Amino acid sequence: MSTIEMERSPPAKYRLRVIDCDIHPAMTSWTEVHPYLEKRWIEHLSVYGSHLRHAFSEALSHPRMSPDAARIDAYPDEGGPPGSSLELMRKQHLDPNGVQVGMLIPLRWNPGSQRNLDFGAALTRAMNTWQVERWVKQEARLRASVLVAQEDTEAAVAEIDARGGDPNFTQILILPRTDEPLGRRRYWPIYEAAVRNNLPITIHVGGTNGHPSTGGGWPSYYMEEHHAVAQTMQAVLTSLVFEGVFERFPKLRVVIMEGGLGWIPSLSARMDKHWSRLRSEVPHLKRPPSEYVRENVWFSTQPMEEPGSAAELIDLFDRIGWDRLLFSTDYPHWDFDDPRYAFKANLSEAQRDQLLYANSSKFYGLG
Amino acid sequence: MARHIVATVDEIAPGQRRVVSVNGREIGIFNVDGEYFAVGNRCPHEGASLCKGRVVGLVEASEPGAYQYSRRGELIRCPWHGWEFDLRTGKSWCEPDRTKVRSYELKVEPGGALVEGELRAETFPVSIEKQYIVVEV
Repeated sequence: MSTIEMERSPPAKYRLRVIDCDIHPAMTSWTEVHPYLEKRWIEHLSVYGSHLRHAFSEALSHPRMSPDAARIDAYPDEGGPPGSSLELMRKQHLDPNGVQVGMLIPLRWNPGSQRNLDFGAALTRAMNTWQVERWVKQEARLRASVLVAQEDTEAAVAEIDARGGDPNFTQILILPRTDEPLGRRRYWPIYEAAVRNNLPITIHVGGTNGHPSTGGGWPSYYMEEHHAVAQTMQAVLTSLVFEGVFERFPKLRVVIMEGGLGWIPSLSARMDKHWSRLRSEVPHLKRPPSEYVRENVWFSTQPMEEPGSAAELIDLFDRIGWDRLLFSTDYPHWDFDDPRYAFKANLSEAQRDQLLYANSSKFYGLG
Repeated sequence: MARHIVATVDEIAPGQRRVVSVNGREIGIFNVDGEYFAVGNRCPHEGASLCKGRVVGLVEASEPGAYQYSRRGELIRCPWHGWEFDLRTGKSWCEPDRTKVRSYELKVEPGGALVEGELRAETFPVSIEKQYIVVEV
């Protein structure tokens, strides 16, 4: 086996052309959102703070590998958390990595899981405007995501309809650890609004519903929780399929973001097997589950499994479908994927461009 | 291969590091309790600037609940994905047989030897009484 040493040059002398579907912006201070938040809620925040189904609303349930779950080199010199400096984001990521378009995925404060539904809805409105004013208007390469308070369907639908015609927004963001599995009918008006506004639903790892983060209970180690994202995404995907969401909304497009890739072929095969035997339980499904996955669902690449052989990775992409993969980096988080090295296989230039750029360009209707 | 003077010993205190550029290569010089090591500043996994990472020791357990901490300050942990590299050998702790960071021959030599020898400093005035860190690249 050959030994890899440092100082190898980039794998090919190509010009990087990247669409990054997963960039996490942060606020230097929460007062950044005040201009977009009604006075009533600014006061609410100062008196009561944020209230999630979580022991400490501003604490993570595990230390995430490094403070702020971030690359150690992503802290701005001028202070503030990683992801809060547009200048550093440009210098460290957008410019050197050839990012043509970057999608913002704000995670902190999690408006969708706020117990106070009115506060959650107000936060989504404020944070959506914040994304446009603070980021997209300052940097033409960035796009916002429509945050929604998914437990208050009416408010979520109103926000989707309000933002739907605005080209600054490319997707609707929901964190998958919702109060109930996302296929449940209480969430269907959101999918209807998504189709009506021609926006995909992006389901990015996270959420604080108070349920244990794994099907087996609360884990001891961050490493266990990090693996549990695949369980969560499997639960979401089976729920969407078996509840009949894709049957009811055949034009709905869903992105599973930051949930890993390796499990997708086996889950599809398992769902098909069970459906062929137990289909009378879900007679509303007209087709094998894998067909809905193949037609309605896309997957972001990071964090990718890194199997020992490149052939395994290629085989995995063949099974998922190369056109279903959307490149993402997770900047500025610790498990950031560099577009030069993320795919540990010899890809043709066309394959590389498809994964890094063309799929997302087509999917999001860019360019 | 040529030898390059990169620092004087008192410029890098124990536990500290300095990244130097030699013939266009970035090399991290580490002082681990008075011993010096030199490794490349590029993580072979995904290309992060390795020397920006934390310097750590080795945590091991012979069984669940029994921990040993050893080799304090002898490993560099990549600032992105946390891959650990042994400063003595360059080997990665993740894939020791497969992935390593380039390590460089490094010596500490007195100024007298350097002034008299072939190595008149390129960038530094060498004085006889000082100790210099010399890397072979």
